[in-house]
Amino acid sequence: MNTFLIWLNSFGSPEKFHRVALRFEPWLLALAVICGAAALYLGLVKAPADYLQGESARIMYIHIPAAWMSLFIYGFMAAAGFCALVWHFKVAELMAMAAAPIGAGFTAVTLITGSLWGRPTWGTYWVWDARLTSELVLLFLYFGVIGLYNAIEDQRKGARAASLLALIGLINLPVIHFSVNWWNTLHQGNSINLFAGKSSIHESMLWPLILMAFATKFWFGASLLARTRAALLEFEAGKEWAQTALFGPRRPQA
Amino acid sequence: MRKGSVLSAFFGVIRRDALSLWRRRADALNPIWFAAIVITLFPLALGPEAAKLARIAGGVIWVIVLLASLLSLDALFRADLEEGSLDVMLTSAQPLAVLAGAKILLHWIATGLPLLAITPLAATALGLSPRALPVLLTSLALGTPIISVIGACAAALTAGLRRAGMLLSLIVLPLVVPVLIFGAGAVEASLTGASTTQPLLLLAAGLAAAVSLGPLVCAAALRLGNH
Amino acid sequence: MSDSPDDSVPLLAARGLAVVRQGEPIFGPLDLELRAGEVLLVEGGNGSGKTTLLRVLAGLLAPSHGQILRAGIESEDLLAPVGFLSHATGLRADLSPLEQLDFFACLYGVRPGIAAMAALHSVGLAGFEHMPVRRLSAGQRKRCALAALLHTANHLWLLDEPYANLDRDGQILVDRLLEGHIARGGAALITSHGLIEPQLSRVRRMRLELADA
Repeated sequence: MNTFLIWLNSFGSPEKFHRVALRFEPWLLALAVICGAAALYLGLVKAPADYLQGESARIMYIHIPAAWMSLFIYGFMAAAGFCALVWHFKVAELMAMAAAPIGAGFTAVTLITGSLWGRPTWGTYWVWDARLTSELVLLFLYFGVIGLYNAIEDQRKGARAASLLALIGLINLPVIHFSVNWWNTLHQGNSINLFAGKSSIHESMLWPLILMAFATKFWFGASLLARTRAALLEFEAGKEWAQTALFGPRRPQA
Repeated sequence: MRKGSVLSAFFGVIRRDALSLWRRRADALNPIWFAAIVITLFPLALGPEAAKLARIAGGVIWVIVLLASLLSLDALFRADLEEGSLDVMLTSAQPLAVLAGAKILLHWIATGLPLLAITPLAATALGLSPRALPVLLTSLALGTPIISVIGACAAALTAGLRRAGMLLSLIVLPLVVPVLIFGAGAVEASLTGASTTQPLLLLAAGLAAAVSLGPLVCAAALRLGNH
Repeated sequence: MSDSPDDSVPLLAARGLAVVRQGEPIFGPLDLELRAGEVLLVEGGNGSGKTTLLRVLAGLLAPSHGQILRAGIESEDLLAPVGFLSHATGLRADLSPLEQLDFFACLYGVRPGIAAMAALHSVGLAGFEHMPVRRLSAGQRKRCALAALLHTANHLWLLDEPYANLDRDGQILVDRLLEGHIARGGAALITSHGLIEPQLSRVRRMRLELADA
């Protein structure tokens, strides 16, 4: 085993993970709030309204970062699942499974904001646009992973099965994206693009997007650590370190 | 003592599953009846107007074939798991991917092939333009094995769950979206006069990838259930 | 048997083998060794982890700790086929015993000199060769699975409660099969809950205690 794996494995010890996660969580959460607030201020107040779509286009400061996250988290989940399958890291299993609902949440946000954005733009809440359709399929992929994990009684077995499914989904994701785009051009009638007529984004619109992208990443980090930590405590409730972590002298208020 | 050759193991699994399928041939026909009934439902729901039916026939047949293939997936590994013959396969030290490949091949022969056989009948009943029929058949011939492969991987992941049916659909359907798009898209393209080569070639590429990778993934999924 | 393995190397050995599930120990840690020409009897009450141990040794389940050596080589995966008999006999309900034996033979390879028909006759299934397994009794199914063991080529047998569901004759049959197997240079590990006493010439015993006792 090379040093990288040894390092990963030491991080993967449940007790150490719990300690490190507990230290990082509040910082990540604070960063998420600060970046998010700044991004909202810049996006909703400072940035100019879109010259084509007006004020309604401001929803993109939520929609686009959420769409990025929906893909990013799927990739993260599959990567953690890969570590779980190959090296049998317990923490990686729990991390992959903790990431799934967060990713599904971001995907749902993307779909909801997309459909709200669609109302003033297209005059209807839902159009079978290539992006939205791909996103919808992505949501179903998340549901499959979450459903499989919950259906299998043995938690570790379930996590590994769902990890394998996430990996299969990751391989399939570009194919789905490509096929949906192809489908959209085949049926010409629906090819309306949210970004039609816009060739470049002005700098004042770029900053809030970047800040929000960071905010969502930090939020994901904090949320992931908290969820994984909770799952670890539940899984190892009988172990001594979990008892001290929950009821011991260090955290008596828990 | 020599162990049985890989080839004999492959055909052993096929022969055993084919035999038990033949003894339960009434059950094996269920996907076909299902497809026939659902095809009847469409004119009943939408009205018998020939032009409308002809317009949607390709897509309808594709969706029905997809759902009918799903029906029989649930039982793909159930018998092996319950009766313990999965243990037999695993302790035989034969490559599990080869045995899984045999099961996938038989699944396609038992469901994909009969569905393909009734497709001309269904296409005629729905009034699909005759010039689109060869494209529909080609797309189904290329696409149904992919459905069998992906479905078998999902069935291996859900093997041992008591009510796996709905979950299986939830897992399989998003994964086969591209197959449906290119399959039904090829038929659509042939109706509008566009080129059908691209979607059919993409399906063929998908088939090559599925056949080469699928059994390995399926074997990995089966092993997960045991480890 | 010409190609029987070297006697100095155990066919199967385990060191510090243990299975822990959801933080609860199932069995172990334990060491064991099984050489050609030996029967190892693992005794233990219900829930003592006998079946789990057997599945781990058969490569069906990954151990939580410890290592397994097959013919002296450390490996969790099987290097050669293993005759495995559990409560689920591995028989398909729609097939006849003869067809079952064919299937087993395709996977494991055939032991030279014992035809499928002869194997079925020697376990007392004469007359049932073509009857679907569905219509056989539990004891007859067990006999069919034993015939499959006899018919196929394995040095190592791992049998979970081979005496269960069998009548007096059947128990004598299991002893006879085991004697024949070790005489041919094979080895077997069998489990028992302790009610039935195997009548074997060479048997070593190992007691598996309840892990949390």
